[in-house]
Amino acid sequence: MQLIVNGERKDIRAARLDALLAELEYDSAHLAIALNYDVIPRAKWSETALKDGDEVEILTPRQGG
Amino acid sequence: MLNFYGKPFASRMLVGTALYPSPKIMQDAIRASGADIVTVSVRRESAGGKTGDAFWSLIRELDVTVLPNTAGCRTVREAVTTAKLARELFGTNWIKLEVIADDETLQPDVVGLVEAAGILAKDGFEVFPYTTEDLSVAMRLVEAGCRVVMPWASPIGSARGIVNREALKLLRQRLPDVTLIVDAGLGAPSHAAEAMELGYDGVLLNTAIAKAADPVAMAGAFRLAVEAGRNGFEAGLMGPRDFASPSTPLVGTPFWHAVS
Repeated sequence: MQLIVNGERKDIRAARLDALLAELEYDSAHLAIALNYDVIPRAKWSETALKDGDEVEILTPRQGG
Repeated sequence: MLNFYGKPFASRMLVGTALYPSPKIMQDAIRASGADIVTVSVRRESAGGKTGDAFWSLIRELDVTVLPNTAGCRTVREAVTTAKLARELFGTNWIKLEVIADDETLQPDVVGLVEAAGILAKDGFEVFPYTTEDLSVAMRLVEAGCRVVMPWASPIGSARGIVNREALKLLRQRLPDVTLIVDAGLGAPSHAAEAMELGYDGVLLNTAIAKAADPVAMAGAFRLAVEAGRNGFEAGLMGPRDFASPSTPLVGTPFWHAVS
């Protein structure tokens, strides 16, 4: 299916959030995820299903003022 | 002592983590500032990237409390979602709330700001709203649950100092029980001293330190200015007068003759 991940269209095989991270080779220990503007806690990644057209934001700590 | 939502802090300076020439200079500048609180942001991580991990390690090496921001958010939904993401990432219910109306001025969208503040306060966040100098907006923010209000001196990164001193004075006068922090637009230590002399509880700055020729020295200079301004305020400033008033006594002035 096609998802929008961090603003970019991607063809994805994964059906769940944890699988998405693995498919995209995300390796960071400090990540937070929003699925269609809903924040999904880490504990729920393995049980959160994805569907075609979903918008996923994968965020991390960064510098800021 | 300065307190944010009941928690006391020794330093009245809050410092940002962006724009430094190097990670080491960032850490050294933060230490030199004496700041107890630093601001951070939430940004996209690239696949396989470890930028977030690396940055987080740098911050953890400092003995500071983190205040995440919603920089770049233009709508209530973006800001509220970003705040929740920050809560996940940083494990804090503190949020520096920014809802921005315009790319050139980066000025707050005060309508969206008040709405987002209310939503977040109800959800248990302790909100630090970045706002304009407008009193009515500050009042709405307090009504919405904010116990901290952070008006700008001038636009973010503009280094112009306080451009509407009278408005900031009014905010301090009318909101005596709110923790007031001047945030944005400070450019020189004298600007920070001025904010503290007005009775503000603290200042928040980033660009003025990070973009100085010597950020570590500048952080130290701002630290002294914040202390000087606060000491001046607590010592009871005499206030300006319309006309001159001699300091040297009149009595005994040589060559003085009464006019007959």
